[in-house]
Amino acid sequence: MEDMLFYDRMQFAFTITFHYLFPQLTMGLSLLIVVFKGQYLYTKDNRYNDAAKFWMKIFSINFVMGVVTGIPLEFQFGTNWAKFSELTGGIIGQTLAMEGMFSFFLESSFLGLFLFGEKLLGQKLHFLTGFLVFLGSWASGLLIIATHSWMQYPVGYEILENGKFVLNNFSALFSNPWLWPSYIHNQLASVVTASFVVGGVGAFYLLNNQHSKFGKLFLKTGVITGLISSLLVAFPTGDWTAKNVVKYQPITFAAMEGIFETEDGGSEIIIIGQPDIQNKKLDNKIAIPNILSFLTYQNWNREIKGLNEFDEKNHPTNISGLYYAYHIMVGLGTIFIALMGFAMLQLLRKKLYKTKLILWAIIFMIPFPYIANTAGWYTAELGRQPWLVYNLLRTADGISPTVSSGNTLFTLLGFIGLYLLLGLLFLIVIGKIIYKGPHIEKQ
Amino acid sequence: MEIFWYIIVVVMLAVYMILDGYDFGAGIVHLFIAKTEKEKKAIRNAIGPFWDANEVWLIAVGGVLFFAFPTLYAASFSGFYLPLIMILWLLIFRAIGLELRGQIHNLIWESIWDKAFGIASLLLALFFGIALGNIVRGVNLGMVENGVSTQEAHFFFLPLWNPSFSPYAEHLGIIDWFTVLLGIIGVISLTIHGANWIIFKTDSTLNKLLKSIIFKLNFVLVALVIISVSIWHIINPKPFHNFIDHPWIWIFPFITFTGLLGLFKVKSFRKDGYGFIFSSLFLFGGFTTTVASIFPNILPSTNAVNPSLTVYNVAADQYGLSVGAKWFIISAVLVVVYTIIIHKVFKGKMDNIKYGEH
Repeated sequence: MEDMLFYDRMQFAFTITFHYLFPQLTMGLSLLIVVFKGQYLYTKDNRYNDAAKFWMKIFSINFVMGVVTGIPLEFQFGTNWAKFSELTGGIIGQTLAMEGMFSFFLESSFLGLFLFGEKLLGQKLHFLTGFLVFLGSWASGLLIIATHSWMQYPVGYEILENGKFVLNNFSALFSNPWLWPSYIHNQLASVVTASFVVGGVGAFYLLNNQHSKFGKLFLKTGVITGLISSLLVAFPTGDWTAKNVVKYQPITFAAMEGIFETEDGGSEIIIIGQPDIQNKKLDNKIAIPNILSFLTYQNWNREIKGLNEFDEKNHPTNISGLYYAYHIMVGLGTIFIALMGFAMLQLLRKKLYKTKLILWAIIFMIPFPYIANTAGWYTAELGRQPWLVYNLLRTADGISPTVSSGNTLFTLLGFIGLYLLLGLLFLIVIGKIIYKGPHIEKQ
Repeated sequence: MEIFWYIIVVVMLAVYMILDGYDFGAGIVHLFIAKTEKEKKAIRNAIGPFWDANEVWLIAVGGVLFFAFPTLYAASFSGFYLPLIMILWLLIFRAIGLELRGQIHNLIWESIWDKAFGIASLLLALFFGIALGNIVRGVNLGMVENGVSTQEAHFFFLPLWNPSFSPYAEHLGIIDWFTVLLGIIGVISLTIHGANWIIFKTDSTLNKLLKSIIFKLNFVLVALVIISVSIWHIINPKPFHNFIDHPWIWIFPFITFTGLLGLFKVKSFRKDGYGFIFSSLFLFGGFTTTVASIFPNILPSTNAVNPSLTVYNVAADQYGLSVGAKWFIISAVLVVVYTIIIHKVFKGKMDNIKYGEH
C-alpha cells in the first residue's frame, strides 16, 4: 500500500508537471497573439500580422501537446485515484466537465479557423477567432483552478453517510475565496512565461543577426508585457494568495516560510536557509526581522504560528520540498522583475537592442519562468498534503484500492519514457520553426 | 435525471465514435491503401482542421462521465487500468505524429510519423471494438472466489487474457475470441467510415478505388455482424429481453440496418457525402443497439455475488445532476454552433488546404 501511494503520487506529479509546461505558454501566448493581431488591425503594418501567425503556429503545437498530455490527467482520476473520484466526482467533475464543454471546444474549433481560415474569413473575423482562442484558453485555466481551489478550500458541499461528497451550492464553486486570487496570479504567471519566450526569441534574432525586424518587435513586446506581468504576479496577486494561505491553511504557511517556532513580537522573513526537519530548525539562515508579520498582517509585531504549534500528523508530508519550492518561486519572481525592469529602462533610453548583456540574459532566462511556475504549483500541491481535500480526505485514502503497485510502476515508467521522447521531438520541431522565423506575407 | 445524463453520455460517445472514428479510419486507409505522396496528402488534408476538435469530444465525455456517474467512472477506469493507459499512449502518439509530421521535411521523419499515425489508428479502432465487447460480455465485477467477493468492485482483471482465450472462462481477460471479433468489426467499420469521409472531403485519385473497397468490405462487415449477433445471443441471452419488453428500441437495430444497406449503394451515390451519412448511421445504430440492449446495466457483472453497475447505482446526487443540466445545455448549444461554423467555413473539398504548413 505504501509504495502504491508513492507510485500514484509520482505518476500524477510527473504527468502534471510535464503537462503544465504547455498550457502556461499557450495561455500567455494567446494574449500576446491577440495583441499582435490587434496592432495589425490598428496600424495595418504587416509585421504584426506575420508575428501573430508565427506565434499561432508555435501555439498550435503547444496546444496539441497540452491536450494530449492533459487527457491522461483526467483519466488518472479514474485509473489511479478511483476512491477520490468516487467520493468527490459529483463535485469536482462539474468543473472538469465544464472545462471540456466550454473551453476546449471553443479553443480547438477556433484554433483551426485561425490557422487555416484567414483568407476565407477576412481580417476582422480572423482577429475574432484569435480572440476566441484566447478566451477558451483562459476559461480552461479558470475551470482547472476552480477544481484545484475546491480541493484547497472545499465549499458548497455536504458529506453523506457513505462518505460521498455531494454538491449543495453550485455558485459557491465560483465564489470560492481561494479561487480568484490564485486564478489571476496563475494567469499573470503564464503571461510572464510567454513574455520571456517571445522576448527571448527576439533577443536571439537580434544577436544572431537574422529576422532583425521581428527581433526588435518580439523583444520590445516581451519586455513590456514581461515587466507588467511580473510586477503584478508579485503584487498584489502574490500577496493575496499568500494571505489566503495564512487564513485558511496556517500550517502550510508556516512550512512555506520555514517557521518552526512561533516568535513573540513579530516574525522575520527568511531570505535563505535550509530546513533541518530532524531538529526542527532552519540552518544557515539569513533573515530580516518583523517583515513577514508586516507583509501578512500590515502589523510589525503580530505573531505568526510556527509549525511546532500544530499536531505533527497534520504537518505537510514534505516540509523541505514545500519550503524550497516556495522560495524558488519567490526568488525567481524577484529576479524577473529586476531583469525586465532593467531592460525596460534600456528600451526607454533606446539602447535595448544593442545591450548584449540584456539580450543574453533574456535568452538565458527562458527556462526560468517555467521553473518558477512549476515551483508555484508545487507550493500549492505540497502545501495541501497530507490532504487531497483539505482537512476532509487524506491522500492515502484516495487511491485506487485494487490496482496493483506493479501496474502503477509500469505505467509510471511508460509515461516517463513516452514524455521524454515527446519533449525531445517538441524541442527539435520548435527549434526549427524558430530558426526559420516568421513567414513574410507578400503584398 | 439519471436517464437524461445517461442519454447525454451515450450520444456524446456516439458522436465521438463518428467524429474521431473517421480520423482512425483515415489513418487505416493512409496506412494500407494510399500509395503515392499525393494520395496520402489528400487524406491528411481531409482531416486537417477537424481532428483536434474531434479529439476534444473524448475529454468532454470523460468529464461528463466523471461528474454524472462518478462510481462508474472510478470502477471502470481503475478496473480496466492497463488497457486504458495503453489507449492513452496510443492517442498521444497518434496526435503528436499528425502534428509533428508536417513540421520537418525529411523522408525518414515523415515516414516514421506516417507509420505511427496509421498503426496507432488501427490499434485504437481495434481496442474500441474490444472495449465494446467487454461491455457486452460483462466483467467479473469484484472478483469472486468460492462464492465470496474477495475484491472491491473496482477490480476486474489481472491478466489481459487467459490462456483459453474464452469468453466463458472463470477469470476473464480483456481479450478473448468474442471481444476480438468485435474489435475486428470496429476496424472494418471505421475503415469504411474513414474512406467515406475521404471520398466526401477530397477529389483524390483514390476515391474510385475507395468506393469499390467499401463495397467489398461491406460484405465482410455484414457477415461479421451476423456472426457476432448470433454468438452474442449465446454468450449473454438476457439483453434480448429488452427488445421484447420495450419494442420501441427496435429503432436502433433498424438504424444500423439502414446504414449497412445504404453502404452497398456507395458506387451509385450522386453526392460524395451520402456514404459518410450511411456509415455514421451504422456506427450510431450499432452503438445505441448495444447499450440499449443491456440497459439499465452499464457494466454487467458476470458473477452472481456482485450486482451489475446500472444507471441508478452509479449516478451522482440529484442536485448536482440538475444544476449540471443547466450549464450543459448552454454549452452543448455553443458546441453545435462552433461545429456548424467550422464545417461551413471549410465546406467542400479540402485539397487546396496546405496541411502542416500553416
